[in-house]
Amino acid sequence: MSAHIVAKRETCIGAGQCVFADPDAFDQDDDGWVVVLQADPASPDAIARAKEAVNVCPSRSISVLTRPEPGAGTGEAG
Amino acid sequence: MTVNAIQTRRTDPYSPPAEHLELQGDEPVAFLDWRDGRKAWAITKHADVRTMLSDVRFSSDRSYPDHPAHGGYVPGAHKGAIIAIDPPEHSAIRSRVMNEFTVKKISLMRPRIEEIVAEALDAMLDGKSEAELVKELSLPVPAMAIAELLGVPYEDHEFFEHNTAIFADSSHTDPSQRVEAIGKLRDYISKLVDARMDARGNDILSRQLDAGLDAEEAVGLGFLLLIAGHETTANMISLSIMTLLDKPDLLQQLRDDPSLIPGAVEELLRYFTIAEVGGLRLATTDLEIGGKRIHAGDAVYGLTNTANRDPEVFPDPHTIDFKRGARNHMAFGFGPHQCLGQNLARLELVVVLEQVIQRVPTLRLLDPISAIAFKEWGPNYGISELRVAW
Ligand code: HEM
Ligand code: SF4
Repeated sequence: MSAHIVAKRETCIGAGQCVFADPDAFDQDDDGWVVVLQADPASPDAIARAKEAVNVCPSRSISVLTRPEPGAGTGEAG
Repeated sequence: MTVNAIQTRRTDPYSPPAEHLELQGDEPVAFLDWRDGRKAWAITKHADVRTMLSDVRFSSDRSYPDHPAHGGYVPGAHKGAIIAIDPPEHSAIRSRVMNEFTVKKISLMRPRIEEIVAEALDAMLDGKSEAELVKELSLPVPAMAIAELLGVPYEDHEFFEHNTAIFADSSHTDPSQRVEAIGKLRDYISKLVDARMDARGNDILSRQLDAGLDAEEAVGLGFLLLIAGHETTANMISLSIMTLLDKPDLLQQLRDDPSLIPGAVEELLRYFTIAEVGGLRLATTDLEIGGKRIHAGDAVYGLTNTANRDPEVFPDPHTIDFKRGARNHMAFGFGPHQCLGQNLARLELVVVLEQVIQRVPTLRLLDPISAIAFKEWGPNYGISELRVAW
């Protein structure tokens, strides 16, 4: 499984919940907007943390797109 | 029991109203009697409340005369009060101020918050063996934290602390005193902004003026931070300390391992969800939630306190578990209005618990829980007076 993190600045409200959930993947810039530090979490642990950020983000600005390794079927958005 | 009304009174400090818990099981989206002859939709499942609070067609805009948050809640009349307006206007204003409340920025305030808490505790402990904790600790700490944000000069601290305490006390002071204190604080923030117009300082108001806020908006922002961040935080300080003193095994866990304190703060926020009133919205169009048809003009109440006990999201929801590690609770709301000051509130609560546990090991309650004066009628839940001894 591979995963890709996408964060939307347009809807981010700067609450910083993602930074707590997954400080390896998320930060806030000086203006408070979300910044993705690591867009391609590799381990299952890192993917789980990124999904926790999706879960706690109050403005639904984060998504983690996961897809099976090539040749193993269709993708799923989460 | 058939539930036919939203329960506006909270009688058990450790539990949402029984009626609301029953609704969560039986009818998670229900149109019920509420107050002043008005009905409202009560939403009690975590997922439904999140959906509702994320959907801006459920409006926060207090310029609708029949917005359900009118009456006893945060006055939204002043210009630029983000809590009372909808996106896109909301997003434009919030995005200008959110840089002041980032995780990094707030963590830089820790040394100052530690000082504020230490000073309040010094004064409380000085030569005495008992105190009324709300007055001596819960109210001064957030008042001074906000004074710090706003750049209130030292010589005005006493004025600020005194008047914010009167303002925050909805249960004891007579209404005319409160109105007077509110007026004084507004005038004071106005004066502060005037002074910053002439000479900028190192504070939020100065930086927001630099970023293009006009004077009236800056006063509105200062006032909103005070309204939203003072009494709420004070209530959580009181309830958290009460809980630890009432449940010695929980206190012992934190004594044994202070690294559990941030998790304890998070869990206590979930457990008490004191600002449930933040879940009020006005439906601006017909739409469906949880299979029910809601109509334009209906009042909608996301009952976050009950949703934060949803067993589908929080296993064993009525147990206080400092190791739960759940930040998906809605004590700070959800959606675009989720609390701007949440990281500051967390910091204040963490530092208060750290210092109280370390400095006052013999602290105890003087009254049984049943004799404590709670703010049963809201708008925010909390404690009016908490007598303690050591
Ligand atoms: C434990 C303490 C606190 C609790 C439980 C709390 C709770 C809440 C809740 C539930 C909301 C959402 C209201 C809504 O959706 O209409 C909110 C919004 C807000 N809070 Fe807090 N709050 C706390 C502390 C603070 C502090 C310390 C500050 C700032 C100094 C603050 C500033 C704000 C502001 C400005 C908003 C409006 C945000 C917006 O509309 O975008 N709060 N708070
Ligand atoms: S949790 Fe969501 S709203 Fe908050 S900073 Fe991260 S992306 Fe922005």
